[in-house]
Amino acid sequence: MRDIAMHILDIIGNSVRAKATLIEVSVIEKSKDDKLVLIVKDNGCGMDDKMIANALDPFFTSRKTRKVGLGIPLLQQNAQLSDGALIIKSKIGEGTTLEATFVRSHIDRPPLGDLPSTISLMISGNPSVEFVYTHVLDKEQFVLDSREIKQILEGVDITQPNVVRFLTQMVDENLTEIGVEL
Amino acid sequence: MAKVKTLEDLKKMRDQLQSRLTLREKSDHPERMVQIKVSMATCGIASGAKETMNYLIEELDNRSIDAVVTQTGCMGYCHSEPTIEVHIPGFDPVVYGHVDTKKADEIITKHIIGGELVDGIIPVSYTTANEDDNEN
Repeated sequence: MRDIAMHILDIIGNSVRAKATLIEVSVIEKSKDDKLVLIVKDNGCGMDDKMIANALDPFFTSRKTRKVGLGIPLLQQNAQLSDGALIIKSKIGEGTTLEATFVRSHIDRPPLGDLPSTISLMISGNPSVEFVYTHVLDKEQFVLDSREIKQILEGVDITQPNVVRFLTQMVDENLTEIGVEL
Repeated sequence: MAKVKTLEDLKKMRDQLQSRLTLREKSDHPERMVQIKVSMATCGIASGAKETMNYLIEELDNRSIDAVVTQTGCMGYCHSEPTIEVHIPGFDPVVYGHVDTKKADEIITKHIIGGELVDGIIPVSYTTANEDDNEN
């Protein structure tokens, strides 16, 4: 995974498979504390303590199609390489929260990557799941809620190419507006 | 400074979209549309599935083909990522491996429009991308 956007796309896949109906993705940048935090919170099936420990093991997966599960370990590696850490909190039946912290100015901190198209593909590629994307940069904030989008679309499919394109542009412009370096 | 797009703009766009969709008379029948699933787990993403998905959405729209492009998990063909599953109504779904934008273009031209199969099919014991297979 080359950047944080790719990690987001990857990690939300876990939440989708955990049958989450609402996934909240936040990227919080605090230049004063020199921190960048990625939080993925879902209301999926949750995990017990044993499974949380397993999730960090690259040779563990709940899938049957293959024997390895690298999504979380790769994110953990990138976090640790940039003097950060990865924490998973989860409760069976309630959902899971994954938090990866990075030292923002660290040379090994992955770039944010192509957040605009990642966010729009995340929302349009999983039409039956709702997403809230929050990006905080110091005092500025941008929030995108797929429920609001669907409400406005009134039955127009969120997978429509024009809608996908619009969302990409909207995220791009709004993040640029609050000063995010994409 | 140019105005930043908001959900208000989306509302305006919706009205145009709605009239166009009624013209195409299809929105109620997703089962009659071409359905494409892009495998987007760790392996797919790392191999560029996002670019493939973006390209498919754009190119199908450019050619006015009604299709739904969505994401799915890992189908177990990590060696051939990015993989996509193409489901044309009335036919069995077909999975293609190593789908970069060039391959995607070929699949649209030859398979989806032309109806002939293209090199790169992941064959054999394949049974559609059923995510339930993954569950215990």
